Amino acid sequence: MISLAVDIGWGTTLAIKTLVILMIVPATALILGYTFLLKMMSHMQSRLGPMDPGGFHGWFQLVGDGMKFMQKEDIMPAQADRRVFAMAPMVVVVSTFLIFLVIPAGPDIVVKNLNVGVFYALAVSSLSVIGVLMAGWASANKFSLLGALRAAAQLIAYELPLLLAVIGVVIQASTLNLQGIVLHQSAGSIFGFDGLGNPYILTQFVGFALFMVAAQAELTQTPFDMPVAESELVAGYMVEYSGFRFLFFFIGEFGTAFAFAAIAATIFLGGWALPASWGLSVGAMRFIGPAVLFVKIMFVAFLMFWVRFTYPRLREDQLQALAWKVLIPIGLLNIVATAILKVAM
Amino acid sequence: MSTTNPPLPEFDIDPRAFRTLADAQMGVELDTGDMILNLGPQHPATHGTLRLVVRLDGERVIAADPVIGYMHRGYEKLVEFRTYPQITTLINRIDWLSSFANEVPFIDAAEKLMGVEAPPRAQYIRTILTELSRISTFVLFLGEMGLQVGALTPAFYGFRDREHVVNLIESVTGGRFHPNFNRVGGLKDDLPWGWVNETRTVLKKIYDACDVFEDLVAGNEIFAARTKGVGIIPPEIGAAYGVSGSNLRASGVDWDLRRDGAPYLVYPDLDFKVWTHPDGDSFARYWVRLQETRESCRMVLQLLDAMPSGPIMAKVPRIIKVPEGEVWTEVENPLGQMGYYVFSKGATGPFRVKIRSASFSNVSILPWMLRGVFVPDVITILASLYFILGDIDR
Repeated sequence: MISLAVDIGWGTTLAIKTLVILMIVPATALILGYTFLLKMMSHMQSRLGPMDPGGFHGWFQLVGDGMKFMQKEDIMPAQADRRVFAMAPMVVVVSTFLIFLVIPAGPDIVVKNLNVGVFYALAVSSLSVIGVLMAGWASANKFSLLGALRAAAQLIAYELPLLLAVIGVVIQASTLNLQGIVLHQSAGSIFGFDGLGNPYILTQFVGFALFMVAAQAELTQTPFDMPVAESELVAGYMVEYSGFRFLFFFIGEFGTAFAFAAIAATIFLGGWALPASWGLSVGAMRFIGPAVLFVKIMFVAFLMFWVRFTYPRLREDQLQALAWKVLIPIGLLNIVATAILKVAM
Repeated sequence: MSTTNPPLPEFDIDPRAFRTLADAQMGVELDTGDMILNLGPQHPATHGTLRLVVRLDGERVIAADPVIGYMHRGYEKLVEFRTYPQITTLINRIDWLSSFANEVPFIDAAEKLMGVEAPPRAQYIRTILTELSRISTFVLFLGEMGLQVGALTPAFYGFRDREHVVNLIESVTGGRFHPNFNRVGGLKDDLPWGWVNETRTVLKKIYDACDVFEDLVAGNEIFAARTKGVGIIPPEIGAAYGVSGSNLRASGVDWDLRRDGAPYLVYPDLDFKVWTHPDGDSFARYWVRLQETRESCRMVLQLLDAMPSGPIMAKVPRIIKVPEGEVWTEVENPLGQMGYYVFSKGATGPFRVKIRSASFSNVSILPWMLRGVFVPDVITILASLYFILGDIDR
């Protein structure tokens, strides 16, 4: 068997990993932006514009959009808190970077195989709310402020269903380690049939539904997009941002969508792994794993964006009622049921 | 525990300064400050330049004050210096989404004063085009309302489906939005060849589009949750504010000038239903407009079947001089009751014209409606009242 492991120093490894992670966030954001925002949305909404530039299927639209952002003037409101205003988009993007650190894409393709991987990923994902609050406050704009406060209330409220949804999986896998969760699903079996492994979406379908709803709210996507609500608050906390800073928010938004899709794919759909019974070697999975994960991520992302382009927006009070009166009780019941079954079986 | 405060350090400051500072802090502690938010004049939800000064406590509206006039073009004054044929160009721009419907009552007024009556075929074509402009306005509303409550997709469907109707209007009149097609005593041109069959196809498409909107927007649970019970207009209060058209019919008032007003065009010969809804909320307004779009389709089909042949222009002098007199005409426009009070002194142009536009009165109920609602509901209510800025400011 050919081993791909090459002895390189930890410094070089760190440099490579950093570079990959630095590239992965903009790259994933562009992939999602192109596939779903430009193409899928154009098809769903019978838009002609994004299908036109460049000839074939409007492939040039993304480049055109990118060039537009580069050319834009960097406008900062006179009343703005300049340093905070400039820093806010970075904070949002950094929180996205941090999620990618723990997501495994193969048997040993992971930046840091943390023992508390799930916990860490969900914890750093909510760092973005700090950036959003900073942006809203520093813009010195009432629409921004309203948007930022809505975002804060919403992200805090939906943090809980998100965690509760994941806990069921954690109980079943008996580990918080994402790599461990993947291996458990790959090695598992359904009533003795191990041809598909045991992806937790089959047993934790309630958890999966909860996770998707809560993730949609965390990403501030429709039907939970009150913080950006373009018909009410114009663009919420982003209203004063233009050019590159806006691009950062855009990358943060879509990069986080990709990251959440990756978490969902990892803990509910089996991640990079194919069922252990298929007998693929570790070396082969190094190559196939990332592709398998990518396909699953795109499937989850498709669900997210499908909902995004279909539904209207809830009202702020309806959003909070949904979180506290519906999602959290269901999440708690799911945990209790999972725990009982775990002990009983 | 000692309750005595340490002595104040001696600064060279007026003690009153301390007191006001302390008072200010007390004020901050005791009541959360209201925030005054300017919705508009440039805001996507006001489709135009309506400015809404909203006083907010958190997300709740304490008071709202619409400020209008950012687009005032002074049509009532301008028409005093123009001849009757020139005026149709101006009044096209009052409600720019259903321009043709604006022309009809004014031309009607001029014809009444002159004692001329347009030939039956012209009356039929006028009615058809009025109903088509109603359809184009409402189809846009059906999509636009989705956008205002947060769903992007229906808006594009609205624009897409309206395009068919706008193309129809263009192929008759030459103008997509400002036809300027009415003449005193008739119409500029007859229908183009093949237009009637084309219209039937388009009406089929609009009929299907209504089903799509009923399913996609009105049938959506979140849309229902956002609009049901939001912005209720009780019938008597709506009538007191002068709200008219679909907005009032959605409050259960069975009143339509096409049926109940002074007879105009060929509406008395048509068989149509006036739709009402008992609730009076934003959802009811959406529902009523949805039904009225379908009803208009049926009316146009009836008209196409019954269309007479003949001339499209009555005998009128080359230079139109309207004899002395005054007349009031009112019709049911897509947005509500629209009327012209024309006062003539026998010249080529009117001496004075008073324009009663629907949106102006419809918007006047906003301060009453917006008290105590949430910010997102403000947008829902604005969208469901469906006003056009040109119709408010004139």
